[in-house]
Amino acid sequence: MNIEKDRLIDMYRTMVRIRQFEERVSKEFASGNIPGFVHLYIGEEASGTGACAALRPDDYITSTHRGHGHVIAKGGRMDRMMAELFGKKTGYCKGKGGSMHIADTDLGILGANGIVGAGIPLAGGAALSARMRGTDQVVICFLGDGASNRGTFHEGINLAAVWQLPVVYVLENNLYAEKTRISDTYKLTNLSDRAGAFGIPEVTVDGNDVIAVYEAVQVAVEKARAGEGPSLIECKTYRIHGHFEGDPQTYKPAEEVEEWKKKDPIDNFRKRLADMGVLTDEDTGAIDREVAGEIDDAVRFAVESPFPAPEEALEDVFA
Amino acid sequence: MAIFKEGDEIVRELSFSLAQNEAFDEEMARDPRVFIIGEDIGEHWGGPMGQFRGLFAKYGAERILETPISETAMMGAAIGAAATGMRPVAAMMFVDFLGVAADELLNQLQMRYMFGGKTTLPLTILAGIGTGVSAAAQHSKSLFGWLIAIKGLKIVVPSTPYDAKGLLKSAIREDNPVIFLSHKMLGGRLTSEIPDEEYTIPLGKADIKREGTDVTVVATAFMVHRALSAAATLQEEGISLEVIDPRTLVPLDKQAIFDSVRKTGRLVIISEEPRTGSWAAEVSATVVEEAFDYLDSPIKRVCAPDTPVPFTPGQEKFWTPDEDDLIKAVREII
Ligand SMILES: Cc1ncc(C[n+]2csc(CCOP(=O)(O)OP(=O)(O)O)c2C)c(N)n1
Ligand SMILES: [Mg+2]
Repeated sequence: MNIEKDRLIDMYRTMVRIRQFEERVSKEFASGNIPGFVHLYIGEEASGTGACAALRPDDYITSTHRGHGHVIAKGGRMDRMMAELFGKKTGYCKGKGGSMHIADTDLGILGANGIVGAGIPLAGGAALSARMRGTDQVVICFLGDGASNRGTFHEGINLAAVWQLPVVYVLENNLYAEKTRISDTYKLTNLSDRAGAFGIPEVTVDGNDVIAVYEAVQVAVEKARAGEGPSLIECKTYRIHGHFEGDPQTYKPAEEVEEWKKKDPIDNFRKRLADMGVLTDEDTGAIDREVAGEIDDAVRFAVESPFPAPEEALEDVFA
Repeated sequence: MAIFKEGDEIVRELSFSLAQNEAFDEEMARDPRVFIIGEDIGEHWGGPMGQFRGLFAKYGAERILETPISETAMMGAAIGAAATGMRPVAAMMFVDFLGVAADELLNQLQMRYMFGGKTTLPLTILAGIGTGVSAAAQHSKSLFGWLIAIKGLKIVVPSTPYDAKGLLKSAIREDNPVIFLSHKMLGGRLTSEIPDEEYTIPLGKADIKREGTDVTVVATAFMVHRALSAAATLQEEGISLEVIDPRTLVPLDKQAIFDSVRKTGRLVIISEEPRTGSWAAEVSATVVEEAFDYLDSPIKRVCAPDTPVPFTPGQEKFWTPDEDDLIKAVREII
């Protein structure tokens, strides 16, 4: 491992931001302040953080219904995202999108997506566009274990493979699609094995180890940037909360949850940073408190922002 | 293509496909961001109506992108490319195949709205429509009623080569998703005089294909020609039809229809699609709501029956609205 200290600290901060953002969203949702569905990323912070750390600011991502973490990892603003979750005019989408459609195209965030697997073909298009415009931008396409059973997975990755497009597919295998365990929907142990069907490189990593994710994605991003085509990286991880907030989670064995809690990506990274002498417990404590302030500010911004006027629903259909 | 002299002038008569071919060529030459993506559009074929012929030789594999049989990937890629600075033209062969990429149409194309106005999607989708060659249920639909239900999509339905060229150029320049529908039966011998000078036709502007005084007939695509031929027949009996071609279903030039109905007091809509849930129903409802006072008699819809499109020629002909159906409807209200 040869990662600069600043990058390690940034990754820690990003993971804490995601965790605290999501914990707060959980609370605000339970208090009735957030309408609609929310799908939280708690427990999966390392994969989005490690993956986006391998990108440049002008690179793209396509995200999923479980997208808050991806947005934060790509540099998205927590205040505008929180305001969007509250349905406010100052939100990323002026209140028109909500949790499942957060986008910031200036940051290359081409949208969360309410349709599972829909980002896969879109990512190919962004990568095609990057190449046609003569840039060396790369696209990370986040997808879940459930998404990789959709037809878009086959069509989208095959097309990117034959055209050698600069896409890195980051498959976040959190063991479940809604309430369905992957053992009910796959005959494979490693989902990345499907890469072989498209003739592209495959990697399986511990998705709760941010450094392992970063290193694997970095190799794939470099390949993509050099014109060597796409890769499929499976991050083995676990969603600690329910599929959506309010999910009673009767389908999860208690031992399984306990086991994965021991593999908490943030706790483990904190210990590792201390062992490496990068951050002391005091340092991480200070970061945690700073982030808590940012979250408070984001919520205040959301609460104090106005709702859009009902008639504004008529705007933004056409350019 | 026919080129001949009329007096001092050289007149160019182009077919529907060649007129489109010129539009692609001109727009690709004009703007390097424009590219075409689709199946069998390249070197070896040039598309089902030949509308892409020669483009591969001129623009190469870089801008005439042939895909595997992957409509979902193609449509998704076109949307992704449009959202990131390109101006793709996605060739879907037949409108019937849109079902394969339905998610992209129903849920991805709306990016601009969902993102609060942040993105533009300058994307043109091409698709063939219509009956007439016994292509049966999976290659003959027009889907107007289905398409108008997709929000954030403009819909172009040209009826002549002249309109096709001018509308296609506008579609490609448009900063919104547009679907451009080419009727199979327009691909034959029909030609228009196409000027040498460049021209475009704005989306949302109807054209009066024939002026008349007794009954307004709203028609699109191939039905325009059937309406014109019915008008010629009825003229002999002293019944005068005014034929309005909206040219785009979305946006719809409602005013042109209202103005015509105000003059004639009668409206027949002929549309090549099953009656229930049709675009024709929408036009009818709009006139009832907004121009009821101009009407002297009930509105008539001349549509197909509520069935899939049949294969055998006799049934296909029965299914497809024609001059006789239109004349019968006119007689019922005159
Ligand atoms: C095409 C489609 N089918 C079904 C759904 C309903 N749905 C939402 S999330 C989800 C599970 C997705 O699982 P996975 O891809 O593993 O992502 P995760 O939720 O685990 O992050 C389903 C079935 C949907 N949104 N889109
Ligand atoms: Mg999952």
